[in-house]
Amino acid sequence: MIAFRGVQKYYGDYHALRGITATINGGEFFSLLGPSGCGKTTLLRTVAGFEDISGGQVLIDGKDMAGVPPNDRPTNMVFQSYAIFPHLTVEQNVGFGLRKDPRSKDEKTREVDKTLALVGLTGFGKRAAHALSGGQRQRVALARALILKPKVLLLDEPLSALDKKIREQMQMELIKLQREVGITFVLVTHDQEEALVMSDRIAVMFDGEIAQLDEPERLYRKPASQRVANFIGTMNFLPARVLSGSAMVEVDVQGLGRVSLDAGQVSGAAIGGMPVVGFRPETLTILFEGQAPADREAMATVEEVVYYGDMTYYDVKIDGTDQQLRLSMRNVFGRPVLDIGARARVAWAPGALVLFR
Amino acid sequence: MKFPVLKTYTVAYLIFLYAPIILLPIFAFNDSKVIAFPLQGFTTNWFKTMWADEQLFHALKNSLIVSVSTAILSTSLGIFAARATTGYAFPGKGAAAGLIMLPMVLPEMIMSMSMLVVFLAIGLPLSIFTIILGHVLVCTPFAVAILTSAFQSLDKSLEEAAMDLGEGPVSTFYRVILPLVMPGIVSAMLICFTISLDEFIIAFFLGGTETTLSVYIFGQFRFPAKVPSIMALGTILVCLSILLLTTAEYFRRRGLARTGGKDTGGFL
Repeated sequence: MIAFRGVQKYYGDYHALRGITATINGGEFFSLLGPSGCGKTTLLRTVAGFEDISGGQVLIDGKDMAGVPPNDRPTNMVFQSYAIFPHLTVEQNVGFGLRKDPRSKDEKTREVDKTLALVGLTGFGKRAAHALSGGQRQRVALARALILKPKVLLLDEPLSALDKKIREQMQMELIKLQREVGITFVLVTHDQEEALVMSDRIAVMFDGEIAQLDEPERLYRKPASQRVANFIGTMNFLPARVLSGSAMVEVDVQGLGRVSLDAGQVSGAAIGGMPVVGFRPETLTILFEGQAPADREAMATVEEVVYYGDMTYYDVKIDGTDQQLRLSMRNVFGRPVLDIGARARVAWAPGALVLFR
Repeated sequence: MKFPVLKTYTVAYLIFLYAPIILLPIFAFNDSKVIAFPLQGFTTNWFKTMWADEQLFHALKNSLIVSVSTAILSTSLGIFAARATTGYAFPGKGAAAGLIMLPMVLPEMIMSMSMLVVFLAIGLPLSIFTIILGHVLVCTPFAVAILTSAFQSLDKSLEEAAMDLGEGPVSTFYRVILPLVMPGIVSAMLICFTISLDEFIIAFFLGGTETTLSVYIFGQFRFPAKVPSIMALGTILVCLSILLLTTAEYFRRRGLARTGGKDTGGFL
């Protein structure tokens, strides 16, 4: 549907996009995720036609978009500020793009009503646009873009201005809406949780480059670099040494000892190399008294306790290491919350380890 | 008790500023040819005298032609300048914007003299047309100032949204930008109209044998008998000015409210 081929963008001396190559499939919910200034919005705007590119190609449906102005592209955008026309009513805003539509006035009115219903704004047609709440503006912006039945809907941080409750509600609504209309959605966001929740695939961007493009689960489980791992959720890191390896790689991890890792968990570390091993907080488990011993256990000291109600986060130090590790435990009824300074048996799983060069 | 120095100063200052204007209506209705206290009684005769003065109507007609033309021309030019400086980056932008604004602070006398020299040199006969040229020069900076504020309070993404929804640059301007800056345009036109209406130096220098209202009024002061009816005319002009400025400010504020912009200060 959309193909980026070595897309480059310079702003004067500043290199905003450093050779982006990626493909977005038709009907996909695709997210561009990254910290501010990583180039994700710039990349989105090259699709919409608001930014000229300095090199490479952007193709939509196989057609090179070079020199095609925004008004001739099969894309529509939901702006971060929503960009609702303040001098028009909700109805006029939603019907704005239908001016050149050859259908009759009645048909257009029906279409506007239908689209308003789709975004849950039935009955709001006659309202003045400037008298709407943030969530309602968001819906008008969506309706205004969707009514034109674009091949691609571009969303530039559409939920960032909403408060948490409405944001979560809109996330679910957007997912449902996307399934309903079947249009390709490209979402720009800096919120990793939002990207994980909503997307079929995510491109994580740093410094004008795509660091990893994957499905949410793979992105979380097998981050390609420590930077990606840190940006998406929390990850613990321990230094390690590669002992031997072909199909299975023998690694000596500080504090955990020798582990054989599947070659799929390893991104080509040479024997004798000093890589870093990473694992998610939920892959460590504290074993309480009376619990059966696990395959792999280590002794640790609790150094910090953060109680969240349903969860407790512990910062622990495994004997033989000098790094605090974050560990998360679901609070089960009848199980105590440990105090700072307590000793604990910590179970871990070799399969959850990821090796970084 | 301490003497309220600042309060007294403020009151004295305001009296100094506005008392002369209050004198206009007082003597316009005073039944005496001499402008002096004590007042002699109420009359509306001066308004009738004024009404019968044909020269005055000719001057008034000239003034209206000049002011309306100036308002339209200055505002049109202002739209181009404000759009260019707020929407685009180009080399020499700062210098161009500065030079456009310069007539605001240049002595009018110098401008009118130099324009007079140029007009005479190229053989352009002095008329109300030359007055209009002079007034456009002085009024454009004011139009630019008001319109720049109007264009600046426009969210750039509104324009992008219109293009995204299928409009080209021209229809985007008509469907989105123009309606949103319209209050600014109305306000700019009213301000330019007011400035042009009571401008004297340029009208005097570049008018040739044609007189505008301001030049006519100045001329009438030579005849003491005419002074009370000038007062009557002045009274009407004061009322019109207040009305115009209030309308202009109303449109400016409404424009801000509609686009959700911040008030960056106007003329009132």
